[in-house]
This record gives sequence, structure tokens and C-alpha cells, in this order.
Amino acid sequence: MIFTNSLELLAFHWVAYTLYAAMILSVIAWFGYNLTREKAKSVVRIPFYWYMAFLVAGGVGHHIFTYNAIPWVSQDIGRHELSNDATYKFIIEKHKWTLPAKKITVQCGETINFDVESKDLIYGFGLFRQDGSMAMQMQVNPGTPNDILWTFHHNAVFDLDSTEYSGPAMYDKHTGENLMRVKRFLEVVGCEKGAK
Amino acid sequence: MSFAKTLIHGTDFNHEGLNALQKVTLRAVVMAFLFYGLVAIEGMIMRMVEVGPQAKAIMPEQFFHPDHFFSIMTVHPIVGIFGSTYQLVFAAFMFLVPYLTKKPLYSVKLANFVWLNITIGTAFAWIAAFVWQYAPLYTLYWPLPADTTQFSTIGGIVFIIGIALIMVGTFGFIYNIYATIFARVGVHKNKTTKELLISGFGIDGMLNLINKLRGKEPYTKEPALALPVVAIFRGTVDTFLDAIVILGAGILVLVYLVADLGGIQLDVTAIDALLYKNLFWWGLDLVADGLVLIYVAGSWYLLATLITGQKLFMENVARAALMLELLVSWMVWSHHLLGDQGQPEMMKLISGEMVTAFELLTQGLALFITLVTLWKARPLKMTMELKYLLGGLSGFGLAVPAAIIQADMGMNRVLHNTQWIIGAHVHIALIVGLYMTLYSALFVLWPLVTNNTKLYSSKLANTHFWMHLIGGIGMGAFMGMAGLDGMLRRHLYVNGEFHFDMLMAAGFGTMLLVAWALFLFNIIMSVGLKGLIGIFLPAKDKTASYVLDPEDM
Repeated sequence: MIFTNSLELLAFHWVAYTLYAAMILSVIAWFGYNLTREKAKSVVRIPFYWYMAFLVAGGVGHHIFTYNAIPWVSQDIGRHELSNDATYKFIIEKHKWTLPAKKITVQCGETINFDVESKDLIYGFGLFRQDGSMAMQMQVNPGTPNDILWTFHHNAVFDLDSTEYSGPAMYDKHTGENLMRVKRFLEVVGCEKGAK
Repeated sequence: MSFAKTLIHGTDFNHEGLNALQKVTLRAVVMAFLFYGLVAIEGMIMRMVEVGPQAKAIMPEQFFHPDHFFSIMTVHPIVGIFGSTYQLVFAAFMFLVPYLTKKPLYSVKLANFVWLNITIGTAFAWIAAFVWQYAPLYTLYWPLPADTTQFSTIGGIVFIIGIALIMVGTFGFIYNIYATIFARVGVHKNKTTKELLISGFGIDGMLNLINKLRGKEPYTKEPALALPVVAIFRGTVDTFLDAIVILGAGILVLVYLVADLGGIQLDVTAIDALLYKNLFWWGLDLVADGLVLIYVAGSWYLLATLITGQKLFMENVARAALMLELLVSWMVWSHHLLGDQGQPEMMKLISGEMVTAFELLTQGLALFITLVTLWKARPLKMTMELKYLLGGLSGFGLAVPAAIIQADMGMNRVLHNTQWIIGAHVHIALIVGLYMTLYSALFVLWPLVTNNTKLYSSKLANTHFWMHLIGGIGMGAFMGMAGLDGMLRRHLYVNGEFHFDMLMAAGFGTMLLVAWALFLFNIIMSVGLKGLIGIFLPAKDKTASYVLDPEDM
């Protein structure tokens, strides 16, 4: 199983966690009900060491699963040794972006290096689809490198936004509109999947 | 008895019959629940703003202004975590340690100093946000708290003084707890400091396990400290460390703000933002992943043994696990920095992912031991304390995996800073997990602290339980879903971008608010307004312990 974008991953996550939540609540409810009964018997006996083994497998296996199923993990770890199709540099200062272009168009499957510099505060760098869902994000700290490689596999139009709070000055004082949101900044074209 | 008479006099509460320890405990509890109400109202204000423009019809326009909105967001966790949770936990432990060790509390005066300091400190922080709209958020990410182009310098100084007062109160609590534990009186008259230290860190449990594996006699058949006291001892180590870090950060901010006030502009780049973030999260994470988890595990063990009247299942393992949690809690902070590209990858991998996953083990173990202890004692009566305990276990059963899932380099890329972590993890862990555990403790301690005062209404208590449980899980769930839809946590949305999720979260949030009002009403009707005031009057009986046998002294 390989997730090619955040929508697929989060849909899977939603189902898996909902099932887990329903299970744990049911177990506690069943447990509570049976605590009051004199003749209640265990439906299953869970030996202690198997339970611990299950927790270890869950904790470690989760990372092994995501490492293999989410392509941006290995790409992120090895990003300084990997090549890219284009590098775009961004600067943020006083809640304003200095953008590499007014709008960026990316071909399907291209790997882009986003390199962001903050001149003052801690900001964030995030790409959001038109339905508001997040494609990816990173923190942007002043004084240290903030770069990320990203490969796009689906057609979409993305807004750019700062994903970290950097004070109320990132909003309009009266209307509350987000002044750091750059609408329809990046477009991915040429894929078979995604918005046309 | 008429309604008015009960409102004034309570059921059968007599504040004059309370000793000094009981009174100081109740004072902090009252303040904690008042702050809880404030934090619930703040949460609802922010939720309603995020619902969208429809909310403007019923709310003042100023709540939609970023200055105001983020000043509420800044004090919301300060009031909730320090003003309410810290007070409640500190009050419970300053009562429980003397109760469990059968020794008097080291100092009732110091206990009074603790609740007063935390109350005044919280008020200062709240005033700084309300009056000057100082809003760097609780994260205090450098150099935002020293950014005087956005924030008032005076507001910042008042805020930091407030935080410092809370931390000084915290040091008072720590001193009181350790001074009580190490006091060589009563059952500890003949114990050495070394014996108490070994027991406090859970080393005796570990040595017992090792000796068992080697076929030897146990290191000790009767550990010097009861298991819940070990948990309090251990969690308080993290409480101390996080207080040092938070106070240190506060002093740093204060230096910059005071210099600004004197017309001197200090260079903010002298402090490395990422290094500061690492240090700050190391300390702040000790609250979430250190003391909370340890204190909660200890509370579960205590509640399970008190409810069942039996010994804890696998006590030695539980003692040893508390020792393990000490090491784990110091090494997990990097899961907050998985989205920071300047953070070394090995730190992300080892501290952020692998060591963090250990928390699944330690918390899972505490859950297992508690459940088996209860199961072995069945049939049990479904009392209020048992109900709340099961609610608390459910809360952490939901919230801990929600965080472990996000403490992953793949998931973090799309979940960091979203409503997922603050909803599905933080709010469910605190409101459902922690508070329901604390409510359980409250129902267990109620007869001890109030001299068996009759509760006004068990129906109201039951209604509170269900509304709090459903409201807490529902609100956290819809916040979490909004996070999956891309909603950020430290963001202002004024156009109802996540209208449905926020509307549902507001609905469940209202249940929480109503639940709190019912709980408060029930307590006030039990102790009466006269009793409530009486709690704050000096105690005639200066005893600093609960029902001690004079021979133990």
C-alpha cells in the first residue's frame, strides 16, 4: 500500500482511527457492565506478555508501516542527497512573503525543493487545496535552514499559507482576514488523478 | 428543607468542623473549578468565532478581531492547565500524601501560599491578555514574546510576572511534598533518606523483580512508600524540571521586555530560535508527557485499590514502570519538532518517534494493571467514582494513540499544528482522561475532606458524568475531524471555512459547559453558600493531617 498524497493517507487514517475509537469505547463499556456482574467470564484471556508484545508491535510497526507506505518520509530524510526538478526560494519578513513568482506551475511527478527563509519570527509553510485540506507543511524558523522536497502526483490548485502563528499582525486588524494566505499560488498539471 | 435554605446552609456541611489540611485542600479545589468554568467559557468563545459569520449575530464583534481572539487563545491553556488542573492536582496530592503516609503535611502555610500564588499568577496572566492583549500563545516561540512591535511591553511584563508567580507556587508545592515524604515521623520514624529515595524512584520494585527472576528473596516485602506516593514523588521530579524551564524562559523574555522599557533594544537573534524551541519543549513536554502521565497512572492505581479494597495487581511491575517513565519522559520532546527541518533527523527518529512510542507501553501498562485490579475484585457496585474512573481510562485510551499516530515523520507532515492534535489528543486527554480521573478522586476524597457531607443530588452527579463524557469526546472528535480536513489549531478562521465541524464541536462544547454548571450547582447546594465562604475562613483546628493515630506521631 502506497499513499500518493495526503488525501489518501488521511482518509485511511480517519477510517482506522474511527474503528479503533469505537473498539476501545466498546471494550470499556463492556468491561464496566461486566464489573457489576457476579458471574461474568472473560470473553478472551489476554496474557500479559502478549499484551505488551502487541503494544510494542503497535508502537514500532506503525513507524515501519508509514516509512514504507508514505513516500515523503524517506524523501525527507535523504533530501540533501536527492536531486530535484526545480528549487523555489521564499523569504518571509514582517508577515509578508517574497515569492519566487506570482504563480508556480508544476508538471505531474516533478520533485520540487521549497527553500524558505524567515528574517524575523517563526512562521510555517503550507500548501492547501481549494477545499481547505492540507497537502504538506513545515515550520519556518529564523536562523536555520527550512527546506523540503515534495513530489506532486495529483492535479490540484494550492493556496500558500503560513501554518504557524506569528502574532495577530498576520491578520487584518478589523476583518480578521488572513493576510499571509496567497490564493491559487501553485498549480499541478498533467496528472491523470486529481482536479481537472 | 427549602431550596433557599439548602442554598445557604447546604445539606449537612459544617465548615467549622474542618481542620487546616481539609480547608486548604478545599480552597484550592474551589479555585480550580472556578478557573475551569472560565476556561470553558473561553473555549466556547473561540469555538463560536470559528463557526463563522453566523455567530456574529449573537456575539460581540470584538471577539472576531485577531488581537482579542489570540489573547483569549493565549490565556486559555494558562488558566486551564495552571489555574485549574495544577491547582486541583496539587490540592489532591497535598491531602493524599499525608493521608497515605500517615504523617502531617509539612506546612499548611506553604499550602496556602501555593494556591494563592497560582491563583494570583493566573489572574495576572489573564489580565495581561484582557487589558493589553498580550498574545504570544503559551508556546512562547522565540522571538514572538519579545516582539514589542506587535505587543505591549507592559502587558508582556505583567504576563511574565503572572507565569513566574505560578511557577513559584509550583516550587512551594514541590517543597511541601518532598518535605512531607522525607519527614522521619510516624511510620517513617526509622527509615533512612536512602530507603525513602529508593522507594520514591521505584527502584525497590525493580530490585524485587530482578530478585524474583534470580530466584532470590524480595529486596523488600513492604516498600517504604505506597505506590500512589511513588507516582507523586516521580511526577513531581518532572514538575520541578518543567517549572525551572518555564521560569527560565520567562526570565529571558522579561530581560528583553524590561530593556525595551528602558529604551534599549536587545538583539533577538542572539537567541537561536530552534535551540530555544528545543529547550522550551523539553520543559513543556514534561507537563504533558511527564507529570500528567505519571500522576494519572498513580491516581488510577490509588483509585483502583480504594474502590476495590484490594492490593494492586502486579505492584512491582507498576513500581518499576514508574522508574522507566522517568527516563522516557525526559527524551520525547522532539515529537514536537518533527516539522522543523533544521532539527537533526536522528533526533526526530530516536526522540520524536521511537522513545515517544514507549509511552504507548507505559500508559498501556497502567491501563492494564488498573483494569485487571478492578476485574479481579468483581462484582463491584457502579459507584460514581468507578464510573468516572472508567471514563478517565476511556479518555486516555482514545487520546494516547491519537498522539502516537502523529508522532511519526509521515503523519506529522499533514497533521502538525492542525486541530487533530489539539482536539483528538489534548482536549480528550485533559477533559475526558485527566478530569474524569480527577472527578473520580474527588468522589473518593469527598467524604474525607468534607467530614462525610451528604451530596445534594446523585441524579445531578449522574447527569454531569454523562454530559461531560459525551461532550468531551464529541468536541474532541469534531475538532480532530476538522484537523483532518486541514483546519489549523493556532489560526483564525472568520468565514466559517470549517463551519460544520466547528458547529458540532460547539454543540458538544456547550454540553461540557452545562455539565460544569450542574456540577458547580450540586457542590454549592451540598456545602451551601455559608459553607463555601467558611472554607476560606481560618481553621480552628490546626491539624495538618487526616485522622492520625496519635501513636504514629
